[in-house]
Amino acid sequence: MDLNKQYTPRTWPDHPETATMEGKNKFVGFWLLLAAETVTFASLFATYLALKDKGPSGMELSASQLFELPLVFAMTMILLTSSLTSVYAMYHMKNHNFKAMQAWLGITVLLGATFLGLEIYEFNHYVHLGFGYTHSAFSAAFYTLVGTHGAHVLFGLCWFIALMLRNAKRGLNTYNAPKFFLVSLYWHFIDVVWVFIFTVVYLMGVIG
Amino acid sequence: MAHDEQTTERSQTEYEFLRRKRAEEMRGQLTSFAMMIFLTLIAFTAVAADFSPYLIVPIILLLAAVQVVLQLYHFMHLKEKGTGMIAFFMYSGMFVAFITILALVTIVWW
Amino acid sequence: MSSIAQKKGFGATIWDYMTTVDHKKIAILYLISGGFFFLVGGLEAMLIRIQLMKAGNDFLSAGTYNEVMTMHGTTMIFLAAMPLLLAFMNAVMPLQIGARDVAFPFLNSLGFWLFLFGGIFLNLSWFMGGAPDAGWTNYASLAIASEGHGIDFYALGLTISGFGTLIAGINFVVTIINMRAPGMTYMRMPLFTWTTFVASVLIIFAFPPLTVGIFFMVFDRMFGANFFDVTMGGNTIIWEHLFWIFGHPEVYILVLPAFGIFSEIFAIFSRKRLFGYTALVFATILIGFYGFMVWAHHMFTVGLGPTANAVFALATMAIAVPTGIKIFNWLLTIWGGSITFTTPMIYAIAFIPSFVAGGVTGVMQAIAPLDYQLHDSYFIVAHFHYVIVGGVVLAILAGTHLYWPKMFGTMLNEKLGKWTFWFFFIGFHLTFFIQHFLGLMGMPRRVYTFVGDQGWDLYNAISSVGALFMAIGVIIMLVNVIMTTVKNERVGNDPWGDGRTLEWAIPSPPPFYNFAQTPLVRGLDSYWIEKMEGNKKGMTFAEPLGDIHMPNNSFIPVVISLGLFIASFGALYHLDGDKPWALPVLIIGLAITFISMLVRSLKDDLGFHITKAELLEDQKRGETDGSK
Repeated sequence: MDLNKQYTPRTWPDHPETATMEGKNKFVGFWLLLAAETVTFASLFATYLALKDKGPSGMELSASQLFELPLVFAMTMILLTSSLTSVYAMYHMKNHNFKAMQAWLGITVLLGATFLGLEIYEFNHYVHLGFGYTHSAFSAAFYTLVGTHGAHVLFGLCWFIALMLRNAKRGLNTYNAPKFFLVSLYWHFIDVVWVFIFTVVYLMGVIG
Repeated sequence: MAHDEQTTERSQTEYEFLRRKRAEEMRGQLTSFAMMIFLTLIAFTAVAADFSPYLIVPIILLLAAVQVVLQLYHFMHLKEKGTGMIAFFMYSGMFVAFITILALVTIVWW
Repeated sequence: MSSIAQKKGFGATIWDYMTTVDHKKIAILYLISGGFFFLVGGLEAMLIRIQLMKAGNDFLSAGTYNEVMTMHGTTMIFLAAMPLLLAFMNAVMPLQIGARDVAFPFLNSLGFWLFLFGGIFLNLSWFMGGAPDAGWTNYASLAIASEGHGIDFYALGLTISGFGTLIAGINFVVTIINMRAPGMTYMRMPLFTWTTFVASVLIIFAFPPLTVGIFFMVFDRMFGANFFDVTMGGNTIIWEHLFWIFGHPEVYILVLPAFGIFSEIFAIFSRKRLFGYTALVFATILIGFYGFMVWAHHMFTVGLGPTANAVFALATMAIAVPTGIKIFNWLLTIWGGSITFTTPMIYAIAFIPSFVAGGVTGVMQAIAPLDYQLHDSYFIVAHFHYVIVGGVVLAILAGTHLYWPKMFGTMLNEKLGKWTFWFFFIGFHLTFFIQHFLGLMGMPRRVYTFVGDQGWDLYNAISSVGALFMAIGVIIMLVNVIMTTVKNERVGNDPWGDGRTLEWAIPSPPPFYNFAQTPLVRGLDSYWIEKMEGNKKGMTFAEPLGDIHMPNNSFIPVVISLGLFIASFGALYHLDGDKPWALPVLIIGLAITFISMLVRSLKDDLGFHITKAELLEDQKRGETDGSK
């Protein structure tokens, strides 16, 4: 593969992410990883559901008292929007418009960072209410599930930033196009998991 | 491995057609985004409106499932050709996920 | 980095193996380290049998016995059986589908080093304050109460090696989906490739629950989480579920590749096409599917209720159907074939009755009411050893003899091979057949000694003698390996003379690029077809001779794994609370891992090309030793 090969929008392949054998392998392999991640998160969700509101006898805090919907709603909107912005980034990637892609990725990172900030604020808030990690089986299951998602968001942000900086000077080619494509897939997957978190943890938690 | 990559220069018509196709696709993506926002709003409103849990829980779970389908098939491009194998693996993963959750919700003894 | 062979010094060879991304060399690494752990696990088994040789023995203390028993199970499953099978998958599968390497050569190497460092970490527990002692299943109710660091070694060691296995699984699936040679459709893939495929899919879905469960355990012990602490609302059944959602597919992850190896052997040494190839493929897929629906049969006595027990009992019995299909297909492959009784073939023939015995006792235990009687008795021990030893270990030994020439270019001695077989086979039945009756007479498993005069004494003594036979068998095999390596008589492409699949059409060992020209596959048993048509080259080519692109070697996998290894010590000793150096060690270890991952991600690694001229030179010299 020639890294110095220059593409124009006219010569840029229709599916740059799978234009090379390496790209094809990465594409399939990453989807398999996402399938494995599905099972990982399912195990976490299952444990959360089994341990929901379980604690030492006489435990006072429960899901319906703890969770507040406005903050969760804001976080949901931010993450959903960041999913759309990364779709825009991939749209420009396919059109071989590097600058526009970087700009949309930048917006995605900002939104993701905001989401993460809100999540940290939320956790901090709960800890101040006395709902720490060691508070009960419920708290452990909650923080582990939502925290694992948060760790994925953090990892995704680092990945976005690393790719943007690394390729800032050299533009798009068929060597780095699969990498951009995969990180956006990863980002959508994080969003999918969040859809279930806000539904199963927060909304069903508030119902009681 | 590397020599399987060929470059072809597109003609002007071809190029414009492709641009148009992508722009159309992007409008489709915007539609699915609007739907996701809408579904989320319904879910939150339903909970805020304080209906019976027996009504709300199935509805919001269904809405979540619809959102996931939108994400997978539109944002993550599973609707494109040649993704059958991938879809098969994702569904297998979801199957294992489902039985795991079912087991830990129903048979953990107490 | 040319393909010209050079004699290398010892240090250079070690460096070459530490940086290699060549699937054939990684296979050798898996074989050596898996073989080493097999010996360690075997030693532990001998200690168990010495302890149980007679009633009231005090050879091992109760605590030590628990450690030895736990480590025997854990080592044999995670560090011996799996890596040995991964060795054959690595060595053979890419050759069978006509690929030049796996899809992710770098990750292949990373998977191996993660496994090795995880295994070493787990075994270091012997020297650093005691091994895990809660059984290989590590049930939370027992494990949480275990003192010392044994359980932490278990949890952290298995996490690391589990990541390695997951990576290997993804790698193999992508390889099989994307890297097949032209004409190699799914229904033309050799059965060993098929079973590798299904087993790898099972790895992808089975390992995450285990990893999650182990993380819960680590969090409970390190950060005071309460997943399994009942007084704080926790639930130890969660561990049992997560463990067995992994644990049952794990059995199929082990046994399916074993089935694959035997399918190859039956076809080769009966000189016949596999009978019912299609049925065998679908039975494989079906077993993989059922593998996820039956885990709670390990938990019948937990008290999940009659409905759950009935569902899982039925699903378990259903697995006997595809397994039976396989058995009959193998029998009909042999039927009317022109059979040669080579060492691999006698293993394969011995496998059928042994494995059927294990399967039948399995169906017995699927009957939930009967399982209440059999549970936690030696009957269970006999059952799973019939399945794992009678299925998987026999396959590993058979595969070692079958593929040794392909991996090392020289044949293991047939006579010694047969001695190994007879000692091992007789020893195996002597050890475990009698344990069925011990179980029916009420002897519980996992106890360090027993009281005499209950009718158990003689049976236990016989069982211990059997273990000695197996040990002798393994020692003969080691002698065989050493003698063969010293003699080093080189063999040609198809040393067994009846090879059917692509791996036998290329030199033993193959050159590091495997195929100078990608083959064109024209049907099932590609090499056999070409042989029957008198094609001296052994294959039809799909492309003209041209430059070949190959991946670069890399030292980064070792560094990533080493970082996690170091971090694990930090995490482990951080628990003590009185070791201020533990946290920095944890952070430094993780930093090493993440920085090396970042380096890997940011540094372009485009590989190199072997030119056509070099390939022609190689062909002219008829180079067959496979070294770079």
